[in-house]
Amino acid sequence: MTTQTQALETVPSYPSPLKEFWQSFSHNKGAVVALSLFLVTVCCALFAGWLAPHDPIEQYREHMLTPPSWADGGMSTYLLGTDELGRDILSRLIYGARISLFIAFMSVIMSFIPGVVLGLLAAFYQKHLSPVIMRLMDIMLALPSILLAICIITILGPGLVNTMIAIAIGTLPSYTRLTRAAAMAEINKEYVTASRVAGAGTLRLMFLTVLPNCMAPLIVNATLGFSSAILEVAALGFLGLGVQPPTAEWGTMLSAARDYIERAPWVVTMPGLTILVTVLSINLMGDGLRDALDPKLKRAA
Amino acid sequence: MSLLKIRNLRVEFGSKAHPFPAVDGLDFEIDRGELVGIVGESGSGKSVTMMALMGLIDAPGRVTADELVFDGHDLLKLSPNQRRKIVGKDISMIFQDALTSLNPSYTVGFQIKESLKVHLGLRGAELEKRALELLELVEIPAAKSRLDAYPHQLSGGMNQRVMIAVAIACNPKLLIADEPTTALDVTIQAQIMDLLGRLQQEHNMGLIMITHDLAVIAEMASRICVMYAGQVVEQAPVAGLFDAPRHPYTQALLAAIPEHSKGANRLSALPGIVPGHYDRPKGCLLSPRCRYAQDRCRSERPALLDGVRCFTPLNAEGNPTHG
Repeated sequence: MTTQTQALETVPSYPSPLKEFWQSFSHNKGAVVALSLFLVTVCCALFAGWLAPHDPIEQYREHMLTPPSWADGGMSTYLLGTDELGRDILSRLIYGARISLFIAFMSVIMSFIPGVVLGLLAAFYQKHLSPVIMRLMDIMLALPSILLAICIITILGPGLVNTMIAIAIGTLPSYTRLTRAAAMAEINKEYVTASRVAGAGTLRLMFLTVLPNCMAPLIVNATLGFSSAILEVAALGFLGLGVQPPTAEWGTMLSAARDYIERAPWVVTMPGLTILVTVLSINLMGDGLRDALDPKLKRAA
Repeated sequence: MSLLKIRNLRVEFGSKAHPFPAVDGLDFEIDRGELVGIVGESGSGKSVTMMALMGLIDAPGRVTADELVFDGHDLLKLSPNQRRKIVGKDISMIFQDALTSLNPSYTVGFQIKESLKVHLGLRGAELEKRALELLELVEIPAAKSRLDAYPHQLSGGMNQRVMIAVAIACNPKLLIADEPTTALDVTIQAQIMDLLGRLQQEHNMGLIMITHDLAVIAEMASRICVMYAGQVVEQAPVAGLFDAPRHPYTQALLAAIPEHSKGANRLSALPGIVPGHYDRPKGCLLSPRCRYAQDRCRSERPALLDGVRCFTPLNAEGNPTHG
């Protein structure tokens, strides 16, 4: 108690928003663990070239379906074993992180930006634009997102970029609706009127005045969207519609390993576990973010 | 020439067939360096008038006026862009609730600097200096460190001071204060009013003080405009209005100040509420609530004559005159 009072007296400046955020975020131990797990995944993706012990598409034909190193018959060079073509699973997982995270990240960006712009337009032009935009979003929401993604890929053809586009379009409505709702609540507040009185134009009002105050739910939605995008990438890969072999990708690895599920269970377990851990850590992180960013859930100081 | 001149301003809401006039034929004028108070109970159209002046009435609302001239610019003829340039720089507004009228996402310093940058084109060290100067002008202690504070880190009174600093940043010619002290506690109220009065004198601004607290403006304003149901019912210099109100509504408002009911068992109150869309009386708008109302008041609407809108203005003793 005394140390706290002293600390307050010796530090008269205001805590920076980042510091304040970290204080409330670090209260949630699960979220911190999730954050570190996620950072490990990101590092794997960024430094795959240095971290991976083998080339992900190099086929060691003499070591096909080698079990993990700790199991009987395992080899220490293939830490998590090899798959049906003798490729090192650990290396493939590390390189796969690159593809999965990249697609997920890009698809979040590609749905976040247009979604926010559409949502703001709908909130600012409630009479004319709002019904058009929102009905369009309703139509998109009426289709299950994976079905919509399959449709789009069928039209555009499978591939890296098309997978991003398909996933981005599927998640667009949630950003639009969220932004519109948050912006409509903010628009009627006096600071927006004050800004208009001071001569702010519509663009300035939209992006500089109102948007920063709608960011908290959007950031949370984006992190959760990130994890569901990873799942969707994997699902599309599993269906053979995503990234094409021989590129290492978690979902494609899962689907290729289906045939060996009884003979070599590690081939299907490893990518499955990786997807599980990554998605779980991002979700936990998102929960932590929500608690830290939402002033209503914030712990009293 | 007056700084602001409004003639026959009408603001209507609702359908064209059955419009509801929130402001009904309002005439108003203010000179440079003048402090005018606008009083009236909730719903009498005080704030809507100012919103219309600033061009903030949106689509379903309709604004018409015979004349709306500010500092030589006809506001009715300006394009939204030109209007923004003039209105944003030369007319400023202070709102009732300082906590919600500052953007929670930005520091106080940023919000003060924003309009300095846009309207005056200040940059760098000059900008920094002016922002600090403004905070000192509104008597915020430790102004330098406060520049980096967010609105939620400051108290309500402090926020209202910041709001005033933002409003006077570009040396406006006209400042509109919409119930600037309603959300503050009494000790702070006096300080804020003093501050506003001092700034108005120093900068020779026109100041329109909207309030329903008569006591607040009694000692500051030169002229008071009493509004009821979208109309001006009485307009007079402060001294005359307080000593001898000529409109029954003003009389009732003054009687409703609790200090005037000293010794009485019950506080004096004006029965009823401001008429809405569906209960607008045919005659004088005050007639259902006026203790002096006669048959003529219920069938005809009086015009604003000699600063008072009443068929039988009250005399110095507070009794209605006839003929």
